[in-house]
Amino acid sequence: MNITLKVWRQNGPKDKGGFETYDVKDVSPDMSFLEMFDVLNIDLEKDGKEGIHFDHDCREGICGMCSMYINGKPHGPKDAVTTCQLHMRSFKDGDTIVVEPWRAAAFPVIKDLMVDRTSFDRIMQAGGYVDVSTGGVPDANEIPIPKVVADEAMDAAQCIGCGACVAACKNASAMLFTSAKVSQLALLPQGQVERKTRVEKMVAQMEEEGFGNCTNTGACSAVCPKEISLEHIARMNREYLSAKVSSTNV
Amino acid sequence: MSWITQTLSSSIGKKVLMALTGLFLILFLVVHLAGNLQLLVDDGGQSFNAYAYKMAHNPFIKVVSYGNFFFILLHAVIGIVLTIKNKAARKVGYHVSTKDSESTWASKNMPLLGVIILVFIVVHLMGFWAKAKLGIGEIGFVIIDGVEMHDLYTVVKTAYENILISGFYVISMIALGFHLSHGFQSAFQSLGLNHKKYTPLFKTVGTLYSYIVCFGFAIIPILMYLGISF
Amino acid sequence: MALDSKIPEGPLAEKWTKHKFNMKLVNPANKRKYDIIVVGTGLAGASAAASLGELGYNVKVLCFQDSPRRAHSIAAQGGINAAKNYQNDGDSVFRLFYDTIKGGDYRGREANIHRLAEVSVNIIDQCVAQGVPFAREYGGLLDNRSFGGAQVSRTFYARGQTGQQLLLGAYSALSKQVKKGNVELITRTEMLDLVTIDGQARGIVTRDLQTGEIKSHSAHAVMLASGGYGNVFFLSTNAMGSNVTAAWRAHKKGAFFGNPCYTQIHPTCIPVSGDHQSKLTLMSESLRNDGRIWVPKEAKPGLKAVDAAKIPEEDRDYYLERKYPAFGNLVPRDVASRNAKQMCDEGRGVGNTGLAVFLDFSEAIKRDGYETIKAKYGNLFDMYMQITGDNPYEMPMMIYPAVHYTMGGLWVDYNLMTTIPGCYALGESNFSDHGANRLGASALMQGLADGYFVAPYTVGDYLANMPYDKIPTDHEEFKKAEQAVKERIEKLLSINGTKTVDEYHKELGNIMWEYCGMARNEEGLTKAKGLIKELREDFWKNVKVLGDNDNVNMSLEKAGRVADFLELGELMIDDAQNRKESCGGHFREESQTPEGEALRIDDEYSYVAAWEFMGEELESKLHKEELKFENVKLTQRSYK
Repeated sequence: MNITLKVWRQNGPKDKGGFETYDVKDVSPDMSFLEMFDVLNIDLEKDGKEGIHFDHDCREGICGMCSMYINGKPHGPKDAVTTCQLHMRSFKDGDTIVVEPWRAAAFPVIKDLMVDRTSFDRIMQAGGYVDVSTGGVPDANEIPIPKVVADEAMDAAQCIGCGACVAACKNASAMLFTSAKVSQLALLPQGQVERKTRVEKMVAQMEEEGFGNCTNTGACSAVCPKEISLEHIARMNREYLSAKVSSTNV
Repeated sequence: MSWITQTLSSSIGKKVLMALTGLFLILFLVVHLAGNLQLLVDDGGQSFNAYAYKMAHNPFIKVVSYGNFFFILLHAVIGIVLTIKNKAARKVGYHVSTKDSESTWASKNMPLLGVIILVFIVVHLMGFWAKAKLGIGEIGFVIIDGVEMHDLYTVVKTAYENILISGFYVISMIALGFHLSHGFQSAFQSLGLNHKKYTPLFKTVGTLYSYIVCFGFAIIPILMYLGISF
Repeated sequence: MALDSKIPEGPLAEKWTKHKFNMKLVNPANKRKYDIIVVGTGLAGASAAASLGELGYNVKVLCFQDSPRRAHSIAAQGGINAAKNYQNDGDSVFRLFYDTIKGGDYRGREANIHRLAEVSVNIIDQCVAQGVPFAREYGGLLDNRSFGGAQVSRTFYARGQTGQQLLLGAYSALSKQVKKGNVELITRTEMLDLVTIDGQARGIVTRDLQTGEIKSHSAHAVMLASGGYGNVFFLSTNAMGSNVTAAWRAHKKGAFFGNPCYTQIHPTCIPVSGDHQSKLTLMSESLRNDGRIWVPKEAKPGLKAVDAAKIPEEDRDYYLERKYPAFGNLVPRDVASRNAKQMCDEGRGVGNTGLAVFLDFSEAIKRDGYETIKAKYGNLFDMYMQITGDNPYEMPMMIYPAVHYTMGGLWVDYNLMTTIPGCYALGESNFSDHGANRLGASALMQGLADGYFVAPYTVGDYLANMPYDKIPTDHEEFKKAEQAVKERIEKLLSINGTKTVDEYHKELGNIMWEYCGMARNEEGLTKAKGLIKELREDFWKNVKVLGDNDNVNMSLEKAGRVADFLELGELMIDDAQNRKESCGGHFREESQTPEGEALRIDDEYSYVAAWEFMGEELESKLHKEELKFENVKLTQRSYK
């Protein structure tokens, strides 16, 4: 297969950036999308040009590092996969593929297709945990949790923090990401003690980071590689309102 | 009271205000449509005029109508604030706009639809409400059951006989239909009222509601333009 | 220098308890006067940093990724072992200890492994309290599954994403400490050198991967939790960024490297599809419960999975079932891997490359029905389909072994301290708990044991004897280390040769896989040593590294890592050459039973090989830590 790539190049956060076009020849349908970039990068380097920078690590769809906006969709045309799990057999010979970085004010571009997602870490630091210290905890089986509840919490906990939800949302909102953690801990008995404070703090941090507001379009969930459901956003709204009304945090 | 303002000005708080005002307006539309359908009654406007008179002289309705204006305004203002903030959350846009299988056209274009509806409301109020309430423009009188009242029916009829006005109404009602098709179920989501059993119901009712309201309001100018009544 | 493992006296089961009591403590008010650096944020690093922060130490933790949550612990699928005996099937701390030491082919340290089994139960309690959504039974209690090398069900799991959930638990504990200000989190930063002053580890030198800034960090102790070195093979199931640099830099500053040749090759990975291959993907070991492994009896070059059904039953060789009737397809990882290689060496491999065997579910689907198989393995089948484009419900999977884990690593004593005082190694980066072969679901256990329950105690014993004074980063040792790091970077950028870093890495990987992979022999190892040396010399003359230092530069980052792999590769060869026995993941063709199974030579090799760096271009020096077995009897493993 031969592919034409139109890729966003930006040499550092302050650079203006622009698209560059590359022809990639003899692409194997068995290649992953990122392996095609590897091959292109080796060719570029051989020509004395710097390779295209992009984030990636585990290459098996779980670390959440890879982040390409491909032909108008985060992680490309296939549902429920990350960029590293996308294979070239999903494209046709002669296709032109446009690749852009995640775009959001809260995800500034670092270089080419790499963006800074530390805003997600700060949301987690605001309250995405159960405040227990090492040791001194009860026996694991002292807290029975109904299987359905544990399963639902696990659905939410699967979030890999890639940011595709923000990238797809027309408002660059981080509600799906934030709600996944709020929801997981609101469902589990372990999360009850800090339930109200947690949601208040995480939502406040989310806003401080400059993400947009949720307008319930559902784009986030549609592109989520882990198919996190919109129900979690509704749960977070509910948690937030009831916390605001009933918590003693003035 | 700082926690109240803080809550309401938060991202979720603003959405909740959008949802609550939206739901109120959704209820209002039902009542408004029920009244307006009397325009189609073949009695020379008697029942419609009587209805309008009753509404204008009921103190409860009066209060509600001021609430209504306030909510429309609030809905619009928060909508604008949200839209500005949302635009600021993505300063550099995409070269290829986002394609995803799930989100509807309406859900992505609520601000645009909202602006069309706002323009419509202004025109609508200037055309009818201002005439009756503020005495702007000409309006006749009729006597029904010994009571003298505004002949609003004739005002409406005259307006709808103008193809431009009735066309504008029909287009605006289509925009309203789209706005409602997303707004109805979205309100429940924003309020956190989701449930495995009831959310699908809200969605179906919301879709049906938006069809009915859109069709009901749009058919009146069409039929009146064509001179059909029942 | 004599190796002192500092194993406490006394009966095995009491060693850790007694040791905890005997260790010196640091007064809570004084803890904040000590600075500790943790390198890496996987299970071991994140849990250690969080726990140390909770105790009140001043902690700095760094990772090369953009967030601690990306560390490769996240990719572990199957589960985590713990001797909870919730299933009432006769499990105990001693049984977990025994299974682990036997699974490691009797090349692990008794005291460490027993401690691991002891704290395993605390790990599960800790993780549940953090909100890790482990799988539950309908009654609401924790569910368990069984794993290779054990006859009890002691593996706790969260769907196929146990590593992810445990890491997110540790990450959340870490995030809490970052918010509280006890831990400083430094991301997109790489450790490039360890700084020792008067023989003690007193800090590190790092490079900011975004700005290229070279910076010194001073501390009273340094903990390396930088993971394994499987990427020396280029193709492995490790993440693309996994590297040996932090551990290797410590090695070159005086930390001995333990058993570098012990590598685990996982039998069920998706085979290589072409030269473009960048990494390998593992398919969970659980597939071997229902899948049957086979190759054609007669060589059928290029046989595709689509055509597998055309091979009649009598022409198929279900070789694991044939050779190991008792365990069948469920033999341990090293045995399954070696047999797959043997079949392919005989020319009976399948697929375009001939480097694959079939893993066939047709019988299981016929027996249990499509829905049952889908419920059990649906996720894995989908993953296979995404990668290969083949549908495993309709045709057999093709699998081949791949490098997965490295049991070797920095030599540490019972306190997890390396041979450099004040420098600790945790998790996969140390050599300590798995002997010559790691059992499934034990890596997560060890990472968290080290981070939550071992290092935070033992570091206190060391710090209690340390002065509070901080060494300023303009101390000459820091300046010297910074200078060396800068010179190395400048050197890499100035060579401007003709071959890219990736090309060197691939070549190194090929050599390692060919001569120091699943089977090793004297001749091959000798040859490999020469080849690596040549490759390393060529690298420093002819590598092409583009871009500059003061911006993100992937090619420069990789060059530094590959340069270290080139040195490590040679040490692995030395170690493999020295160990003329077969044990666990290390198979020397010269040492096998008449049936072709691994043959240990306990009289000569019952020791840990700890290698000391003697200087550039000098041979490393071997130190031996004799392994004493007082509680288990050494036997030959048999799975017939």
